Amino acid sequence: MNAALLAELRPTATWYLVLAALLFCVGMVGVMVRRNPLVMFMCVELMLNAVNLSFVSLARELGDIRGQTIVFFVMVVAAAEVVVGLGIIVAILRRRPQATADDLAELKG
Amino acid sequence: MTVEFVVFVCAAAMVLLGAVGVIVRNHPVHAALSLVLTLFGVAVLFVAQEAHFLAAVQVIVYAGAIVVLFLFVIMLLGVDRSENLQIEPISVQRPLAAIVGAGTLAMILLAVVQARDAVRTDSGLGLDDATVTGDPDSNIRQIARDLFSNHVFAFELVSVLLVVAVVATVLLSRRPDKLGAVDSGTSGSSKVSGGVR
Repeated sequence: MNAALLAELRPTATWYLVLAALLFCVGMVGVMVRRNPLVMFMCVELMLNAVNLSFVSLARELGDIRGQTIVFFVMVVAAAEVVVGLGIIVAILRRRPQATADDLAELKG
Repeated sequence: MTVEFVVFVCAAAMVLLGAVGVIVRNHPVHAALSLVLTLFGVAVLFVAQEAHFLAAVQVIVYAGAIVVLFLFVIMLLGVDRSENLQIEPISVQRPLAAIVGAGTLAMILLAVVQARDAVRTDSGLGLDDATVTGDPDSNIRQIARDLFSNHVFAFELVSVLLVVAVVATVLLSRRPDKLGAVDSGTSGSSKVSGGVR
């Protein structure tokens, strides 16, 4: 790559989408691998942020403000989801302080 | 190299380092702090893409509220001790997770590369650029116009959702003995409260 091309290098929407895909997959592997319910919740937040990032980059690429409006709604729903999810986790962990995701199988039947 | 490229590379490094930190740190507090790094990196990328309002909301809501909520729960419950990540309770879980993650990544990348040259059919609503319009508030003005004209019903529904979430959390996080006391106060539900306790 020559110097003139390097000087003009600027990230396009594809770069942002690739970064969002990487972030999403890291979060997904985290949900599948980790057993601490709190850390699994953090990985869900990573996935939500990856989707937000791709929404914003597509909003700029397509020149449409609606991509940013929907990110606003995603953030509100994510906040509500964290509040309810942490409430459930607190209720479980208060009863069994060292519970992991595997132990929740005892809920069945 | 343009400024935007340098910003993108630095922010992308922050985002990916933080994301990997969330899943490889064995201490929940360290994982939460890595999450802050990722969320700030995403906020920087929002600024780089002219989404100034969303960058501010990202810092306030995610880094300010959600991570603090995580830290409160970790500290209050006393689960802030390291777990041993060497133990693998289900033997093939991690290789399978890696395969599924790599496969999903490959599919998304394929879709991104295929969609790169796609022809646009919808013209969109337009995006005000602060450097073009000369108004530093053009982004937040445009979001407000779209939000309160085209999506006002969804906005009201979202407020209902937040109220329901707050009420549900208060109900969930009450102590079981208080719950039992309330239940035994009403007639006919003493059996239920016994089950709860």
